[in-house]
Amino acid sequence: MIRFVVYLFTLAGTILPLNAAEITTFTLDNGMDVVVMEDHRAPVVVHMVWYRVGAADEPSGKSGIAHFLEHLLFKGTDDLDAGEFSATVSRNGGSDNAFTSWDYTAYFQRVAADRLELMMTMEADRMRDLQMTEADVITERDVVLEERNQRTDSDPGALFREQLNAAQYLNHPYSIPIIGWRHEIEQLNRDDAFAFYQRYYAPNNAILIVAGDVEPTDVLAMAKQHYGPIAPTVDLPERVRPVEPPQLSERRLSYSDPRVAQPYVTRSYLAPERNLGDQKVAANLTMLAALLGGNGATSVLGQKLQFETQQAVYVSAYYQGMSLDYATFGLVMVPSPGQPLQQAEDAMDQAVGEFLDEGVDPEQFARIKMRLRAERIYGEDNIVSLARRYGIGLTTGLTIEDIQVWPDILQSVTEQDVMEAARTIFDKSNAVTGWISPPISKDISQ
Amino acid sequence: MIRLILMIWMSLIAVPLQAAVEVQEVTSPGGIKAWLVEEHSIPFTALELRFRGGAVLDITGKRGAINLMAGLLEEGAGELDSQGFSQARETLATSFDYRAFDDAMSISARFLTENRGEAVSLLKTSIMQPTFGQDDIDRVREQVLSGLRSDATDPDEIARNTFDKMTWGNHAYGSNRNGTVESVNALSREDIVAAHRAVFARDRLYVSAVGDITAQELGVLMDKLLGDIPATGAPLVEHADYQLTGGITVIPFDTPQSVALFGHVGITRDDPDFVAAYILNEVFGGNGLDSRLMVEVREKRGLTYGVGTYLAPMDYGELVVGQVRSDNSRIAESIEVIKQEWEKIAETGLTANELDEAKTYLTGAYPLRFDGNAPIARIMVGMQMTGLGVDYIANRNDLVNAVTLEDIRRVAKRIYQPENLHFVVVGQPDGVQNSN
Repeated sequence: MIRFVVYLFTLAGTILPLNAAEITTFTLDNGMDVVVMEDHRAPVVVHMVWYRVGAADEPSGKSGIAHFLEHLLFKGTDDLDAGEFSATVSRNGGSDNAFTSWDYTAYFQRVAADRLELMMTMEADRMRDLQMTEADVITERDVVLEERNQRTDSDPGALFREQLNAAQYLNHPYSIPIIGWRHEIEQLNRDDAFAFYQRYYAPNNAILIVAGDVEPTDVLAMAKQHYGPIAPTVDLPERVRPVEPPQLSERRLSYSDPRVAQPYVTRSYLAPERNLGDQKVAANLTMLAALLGGNGATSVLGQKLQFETQQAVYVSAYYQGMSLDYATFGLVMVPSPGQPLQQAEDAMDQAVGEFLDEGVDPEQFARIKMRLRAERIYGEDNIVSLARRYGIGLTTGLTIEDIQVWPDILQSVTEQDVMEAARTIFDKSNAVTGWISPPISKDISQ
Repeated sequence: MIRLILMIWMSLIAVPLQAAVEVQEVTSPGGIKAWLVEEHSIPFTALELRFRGGAVLDITGKRGAINLMAGLLEEGAGELDSQGFSQARETLATSFDYRAFDDAMSISARFLTENRGEAVSLLKTSIMQPTFGQDDIDRVREQVLSGLRSDATDPDEIARNTFDKMTWGNHAYGSNRNGTVESVNALSREDIVAAHRAVFARDRLYVSAVGDITAQELGVLMDKLLGDIPATGAPLVEHADYQLTGGITVIPFDTPQSVALFGHVGITRDDPDFVAAYILNEVFGGNGLDSRLMVEVREKRGLTYGVGTYLAPMDYGELVVGQVRSDNSRIAESIEVIKQEWEKIAETGLTANELDEAKTYLTGAYPLRFDGNAPIARIMVGMQMTGLGVDYIANRNDLVNAVTLEDIRRVAKRIYQPENLHFVVVGQPDGVQNSN
C-alpha cells in the first residue's frame, strides 16, 4: 500500500481509546479545571491550557477571530515583549505551539519537568494581561493571510473541503472555516481581538492539563499560586449555538480547478456526536466507519471496490465524534483512471447497499475489537496525544468519566448495533455529495 | 496553529539523543547487532530496521522500482494474499510500516508481548517471501501513479523536483524516488524482484528495539527474523556530483502564493565542523518563531506564515536548504530578505548572546527527545547509521557546549555562500526573474 495523497477531514487515530495514565482532577476556586496525567518514564512535562472557545463561537461577520487571537497571544503582555514567550520556552530547551478548532483554542509547551512553574507563570500572565501594538496586529494579520494562502488557497482539495463544509450546515456556525473567510480576515482588527479575548480568556472558561513526570499535589499547589488569583469572567455566556433545522434536501457540489490531478467523490452525512453520558450511538458509528472503510485491504468498501471490482484506487469511511454540537460521517472514493465520477459514486452507493444486505462479517468485527484493545496499550506510549485527546473531550462537552469509559463502550457494540446505525445514517437528505476534478474532465462531460 | 513544523524531505537525518535511557548493545547468537532499551512498563515493543541504500539503488531506467517494491511487501506474502496478510496483521494487532527513503529502506514494527512470536513470523514472511503478484503490482502501481499525477500539479513537488534535478543531475538524488509515470508504467515483476534482492542484505542492516523485551529475547528474535536474509546485496552508489550554481529559477504556475526552495552545498555529518554548523542553522532558520529568518521575514514584515532552513547531510551528497511561501506580490521581498540574511551570517556569524542561547536551547531540548518507545527506537537506529557510538549520548551536550564564537565565525563563512545560493520559485511571482 502506498500512503495516499488525498487528505481527508478525519483526524488520524480518532478511534484511539484512552485509558492509560493515572489521572487526577481538581477545580480552582475561580472555576478553572485542572487535570494531571502522570507518566514518570521520562523527566518531561507537557503543559496545556485549553479554552472552551473556538471558531463556532465567533460573532457573525468576524470569522477567523478565534484563530487570529491565538496568533496574537504570542505578541506580548504587560510582563513579556512580543515574541518573548516563545523565546523563553526555547531558551529552556522546550517547544511550544497552539491550535484552534471550532470548539476550542489550546496552548501548549513541552519542557523538562523542572521548568513547569515557569510555563505556568507565563501562561497565567497572558490569560488576562495581553498587550499589543496596532502595528503588531496588522503585521500578524498578514501572517494569517499567508497562512490561509498556504493551507487553503494554494490547495484545491482544501478549497473543496471548505465549500463542502459550508454546505453541510444550514444554520450552525460549523459552516465557517476555522481560519476565516479571506474577506473577513482582511477586516479583523485589534478591537475585535480584544473584545473576544476579554470575554472568553478567563479561568472559568479554561482547563489546565499537565501531563508527564509530575506529582498531582505539586501541580495543584503551583496552579493555585499562578492561576488561582486570576479573576473569572462573571457574565460568561453559556455555549449555545444556533441549531440545525431539519435538513430536507441533499446538497451536491461539483468543484473544478486546474490544479486538481486526481478526481474523487466524497459524501458526508450529518451525524450525532459523543455527548455527556450518552456515547452509544457515536460508538456504533465509530465501529461502522472502521468496518466500512478503516483499512483498504480488510474493510468492506476496500474489499469490494479496490479488490473485487477494482473501481477504486483508494476508498475510505470516517467518523469523528468529538465535537460539541454535530459530527459527520463520511465516505470517500478515488476512482481508477478513466472512470467517470458518476460511475464511482454509483459504485460507492452500491457497495454500501450490499453491506446493508449482507451485514457484518463477525471475523472482521472481532479483528477491529482486538485492534482497539491493543490501541489502549500502544496509546500509553504517547502521553502528549493522550493529553490532547482529554483536552478535546473536555472542551466538547464530555467528562473525564466519559472519556475513560469510551473504550468499554466501543467493546460493547454488537453487530446488530452497527447495522442499526448503518440503516439510520445513510440518509441523503442530511448529506453533502461533492465531486472534485480538473476543469475539462471527461468525468463530467461524458 | 501558529506555525507548521518544517517538513524535512530528506529523511533519516540522524538526530542526536540523550542521557536518561540505558542503551544496551546486543549481539545475537547469529551475530546480528542491535541497540536495545528495555522498558517493561508497557507490554509492547517497537522495532526499527534499516537497510542502507534505499531508493538510490534503483538501476538506470527503473526509477521507482524500489519504492514500488516497498509498497508491495504488505500486499501478499507466503501463503497469504494481500487481504489475508492484512487480516493476519489485524488479528495480532501489530503494525508494520515499510518505506523506501533515498538512503535506506526502513521497516518500523510494533507488536504486543502476548503474541510477539506470531507477529515476528508474519513480519518475516513479508521480508523473505513477498508474493509480488501481478494483480497486486498493478493495483499498487495505480496508487503510485495517482500520487505522481497529483505531484505534477503540486507547487511544492514541482519546486522540489526542479531543485533536485538542477542540483544532482543524473544521480538518483536528481530524480523523484517514486519514479516517473513512464518509468513506473514500464516496471515488470522481474524489476520488482531485482529491487528486493538489491535492498535486503545483512551487510547493511541496522537494528534497534525499545520496549518489553530482554537482550536475550531480542537476540533470538533477530536470528529468527533476519538470519535468513542474504549476506550481501547490490553495491552502494557513488557520491553525487553537486551541479547547482547561484541564481534564481522561476517555474510559472497558476497559484496565488509562490513557494521558493533555496539552498546550496552543505556539510557532511562526519565533518568536524558539523556541530558548529548545526548550531548556526538552529539560530538562522531552525525551529521556533525566534530564528533570524522567522523574525525578519515573518514577525517583522508579515511576508510569510513559515520560513525555515535545515542541514541535509545525506549519504551521497549534502545541502543547506530552506523553504518559504509568500503571496505572489510579496515573494520578491522575501527572497531579498533571505539573501541579505545569508550574506550577514556569512560575514559576521552569530553574536555571543545568540550562541549562548542556542546552546541553552539545544542542550535543554536534548532529553525531551525521549518521549516514547517508538521515537527512541527511531533515534537509536539513526545514530547507528550515522556511525555514532552509544557514548555519543553522554557526550553530545559537551560537544555543543565546546563550540566557540571563533568556530562559529569560521564555519559560518564556510557554510553560508551567498554567491552560490539558488532559489527555485514556483508560482506567478511579481518582479522575480530567472538568473543564471
